[in-house]
This record gives sequence, C-alpha cells and structure tokens, in this order.
Amino acid sequence: MIYRLRLFITGRTSHSLRALENLRQICESELKGRYEVEVIDVLENPDLADEEKILATPTLVRKLPEPVRKIVGDLSDREKVLMGLDIYKSEPAPSEE
Amino acid sequence: MSESLAWEIERLPTGIPGFDQVCSGGLPKNRSAIVAGTAGSGKTLMAMQFLHAGVKYFDEGGVFVTFEESPADLILNVKSFGWDIDELIRKKKIAVVDATPDPGENNIQAGAFDLAGLMARIENAARSVKAKRVILDAVGALFPQFSDSNLVRRELHRIAAGLRRLNLTIVMTMERLDEEGGIGRFGVEEYVADNVIILRNRLEQERRRRTIEILKFRGVVHQKGEYTFTIDRLDGITILPLSAIELKQGSTNKRVSSGIPELDGMCGGGMYRDSIILISGATGTGKTLTVTHYIKAAIEAGERAILFGSEESREQLTRNARSWGIDFEGAEKTGLLRIICRYPDVMGLEDHLLQMRRDIDDFKPARVAVDSLSAFELAGSRRSFREFVITLTSHLKHKEITGLITNTTPMLIGGESVTESHISTITDTIILLRYVELHGEMRRGLAILKMRGTQHQKDIREYLIDGEGMHIRDAFRGVHGIMTGTPTYMFTREREQLSDMFTAKPLSLDE
Repeated sequence: MIYRLRLFITGRTSHSLRALENLRQICESELKGRYEVEVIDVLENPDLADEEKILATPTLVRKLPEPVRKIVGDLSDREKVLMGLDIYKSEPAPSEE
Repeated sequence: MSESLAWEIERLPTGIPGFDQVCSGGLPKNRSAIVAGTAGSGKTLMAMQFLHAGVKYFDEGGVFVTFEESPADLILNVKSFGWDIDELIRKKKIAVVDATPDPGENNIQAGAFDLAGLMARIENAARSVKAKRVILDAVGALFPQFSDSNLVRRELHRIAAGLRRLNLTIVMTMERLDEEGGIGRFGVEEYVADNVIILRNRLEQERRRRTIEILKFRGVVHQKGEYTFTIDRLDGITILPLSAIELKQGSTNKRVSSGIPELDGMCGGGMYRDSIILISGATGTGKTLTVTHYIKAAIEAGERAILFGSEESREQLTRNARSWGIDFEGAEKTGLLRIICRYPDVMGLEDHLLQMRRDIDDFKPARVAVDSLSAFELAGSRRSFREFVITLTSHLKHKEITGLITNTTPMLIGGESVTESHISTITDTIILLRYVELHGEMRRGLAILKMRGTQHQKDIREYLIDGEGMHIRDAFRGVHGIMTGTPTYMFTREREQLSDMFTAKPLSLDE
C-alpha cells in the first residue's frame, strides 16, 4: 500500500521547516519505501490550496489510501500523526489489504 | 486610536441604499467592520450586497470567503434579487474562497499551526479580481474547527490586518444568539474590528421590524440609533434613514389649486406648491371627494398626479370620481394620472414606503394624494407608523411635490387621531372636516386649522356635497364648540351684536 501525501506549507517559516523535518522522520521510520510526498507552498500555489480547502498551515493531506485525511500542525505530536495516517506502530507492517 | 480623530478617515461608499447616508458617507476605508445579528437578520445578504453593489456601482472587485454556507448556496440565495454572482465570477469581478469544513471531516491537530494558508488564498483571490472589498461570512463557524479559540481570534486579527495592508475594506458577519447582550459569541469584535454594525429583527406587535445600528465606527462620525430597513426583491436591503433626511421647509410661493374654488379662497389663493396638506375627518365627511377635486385640478392644470388608495379599490375610486363627473380612467390613459391601490395589510410599512417612494421617483408626479394615510396605522407598530409618515412626507417635500393626505378620525364628531398628532408638525396645512349637529340636523363644517406661511380664514364654514362635488358656504355663526363636538348656541341678540362688531356686511345665517 502506497501512501500518497501532500504537505501544504506557507513559505519557509519555522512551522514549515519543523513540519518538513517531522514528516521526513516519520516517513523514513514508518513508511520506508512506500510513500510519496509532494510539498506545496501555498504562497506559490494557492490554487492547489483552494482545491484542498486548506485553511491552516502546515497541513498534511493523506490522498491515498482513501479516505482523504487532513492533519493540521507542524507534526510534532508524532502519536497523533501516526493515528491520523492510520499507521500502527506496534504492528510490524500493515499486511492486511 | 486617538490620532484618528485629528484627521478624517476616508470612506468607501457601499452602494447599499440608505446605508451611506446613515454612516455619513460609507464604511471607513481599508478597515474591517463586523456585521452582527441573530439568525435571519440579514447579515449575509448585507455582506453579499456590499460585494455586488461594489461591482455594480463602483466597478470594484470583491472576494467572498465563506465559513458556513457553501458558495453554491450563497450564490443561489441571492439570485432572487437578480444578482448573478456566477456571471461576475466568470467576468473576474468576484472571487470565492471556500473555507467551509467538509462534512464528516475532522481535523486532526498534531502540533503548532496558523491560518497563513487561508490568508494566502484570500490574497490570491483578491489579486485575481483586483479586489477592493472582502467579506468573511460567518466567521463564528471557524471556531469549532479548531480547538484553540484564542489562536483563531489571533489569526483572524492577523488576517484582518494583512488585508488592510492590501487596501481592502473588510466586512465580517457574525451570528448573535439574541438581540441584546454581547455582540458575538467569540469575542472577535474586541480583537478584530474597528467598526461594529448590528442588525436586528424583532417582533413588534406581531410585525417584523428590521433595524440596523452602527454601534461603533472608531474615530468616525456616524448617525446614532437604530434605523429601519427592509429587504425586497428589487434592491435587497434598503435602509430608511429617518432623521438623516434634512427637513427642507417650503420655500416657494407658487400656489396650486385644491380644486375647490372656495377652499382656495379661504387659503388666500390656493395651496403652496411644495406643501403637505392634511385632510382630517370622520367617515363620510367628504375626504375622498376632496382628494378627487384635488386630482381633477392637477389633471386640468396638465400636471401629473399619483393617487395612492389604501381603503378603496381602483374601480371604486374611478366610479366615485365618474359620479362627480371626473374621468380618472381617461387621465390614466393620457399618462397624467396613476392610481395605485394597495391594502395596508399586504406588507410591512417599510415595504409600503419603499414601494411608494419608487412609484414617486418613477412617475415623477407634481402632486400626490394618499387616501387614506390613517389606514396604514394598523399595518405596523406605533413607532413604525410614525417613521412611515415622517419619511413619506419628507420625501414629498424633498421632491417638491404637493401632497394631500387624508386621515380618518375615529369619532364622528370632534376628535383627533394618532395621524394628526404624528404629522401635525410636518404638515403645512391642516383642514378639518367635521360633522356638526345643529338644531337636530347633521351638517358638515370645514375649518383650516393651520396654514404655514400665509393668512387663512379662521372661520368654520359649512359645506354641502351634491352631485357636482363639494360646495363651501358661509361660516357657522352663533355656535361654539363645533370642533370639540359639543356645540352650544348663543342667543340671537348677542350673536347679532357680536357679528355687527366684527363684520361690516350683514351675514345671512340660513342658506
């Protein structure tokens, strides 16, 4: 199962940088080899933000697997991010598909 | 903000009818205003009208940001006013930012964030249509989406400040739970808005009364108190400023005929062109006949006239006129006369007023008659009636139209009604028609109670009504107390002596 993720940020603020770093760590440790991340700067690409109805930044959008999920914040609360992405740390690998 | 008192803050005329008058020129430019009100008070409509009028009258682009209703619903809701927002979006005059939460979506919060994403979207939308105006509809709906209200407040403040820097004038709507008490639920106004406007929709004597109040405009002069407004299909919101209308006193000395030669004589040669004449009398005293004479005089002088009927149908009015030999239908065909009959109960007084004003502005009459004005008394609360009368008569005066209005007194003999007390100060001439019981007979007496700016006869004159209309005869002599309804008689000798003292020529007492 591939995780297709979009991270919406606004410029290179401290929130943005922290979110990028936190997401990188989570993906590397939990989703290695099965994720795609697209980083979208709302300031440069507001139309995509309209499409996803982004209000808060940073916002992480899980496009796949469905349903679409949104996680708001700089992703420093790792537990909540994992919960939001439906990744269960205790399980070795989500084999049920 | 004390420095703002030193200079005048620039205004942005909104284009909402009446609003700019009430707030002395418009909303403070490049600032934010909160429009707060209970559900159904017209907040969203006002915001949308602000946007639509901006494009329509000033060619100013606008952005609407919606937090509660979907853009499609908002656009559909104002279609009935003839506002085609979709078309304006296509023409790049209006842009939409959809900030409504998706149904069933719950935001997971995992760390620190701000609403810079929203700000970026609004900025982008504003750029795309070169906006001057932004509305944020139902900002209260933003709060439940995030757990931290303080953060939302702070972010709204940042957005408002950011938009101001882009030279945008902002209107935010906010729901109130009840008509009195706090402005909004989330304390946004404390942080965000320089200006607060409150819309109310109260039930008064079983009638809805909509009002607008400018609670504060920081550092700016504005009218105080509540103003009535109405919502209708043609113009959306129209505010009816009452005291904002300047009172222009009659300045002309041109006279027009009342249609009754004797009455013109009593008034010193006719009515003043820009005066308001009140005819007050009980049922059957000949008020409608007086109106008919007055309309006839207009037609004969080649002047346009509107007759507003509130008690009788147009058929009744034309038939009555015909029986007195006056052709209303012919005059309507030639375009000199328009008869408009609306029963008072069909709508609120504010709507009546708006319609009448429109009729007047459209037909541009030289004369207007309202028969009767008192019939409107029951169509609203005392207060709205008072506002209705004052605003209508002010409008006539403002347009320099001669106005004849009738008032039905509740009592057959003597008496006064609310209408008289409401408008006696604004009318220039008051003519009383009264029944007089004399020697066991009902007769009719006419008196001019006041006439501004000229001499008039103070006598109480008897008048007769026959197939040709109204004929005014001589004064009642030897009777006091006709107006109070309890006439008393003087002895003949005393009476003769008195009349000898005051009049040179002998009077015939019996016709």
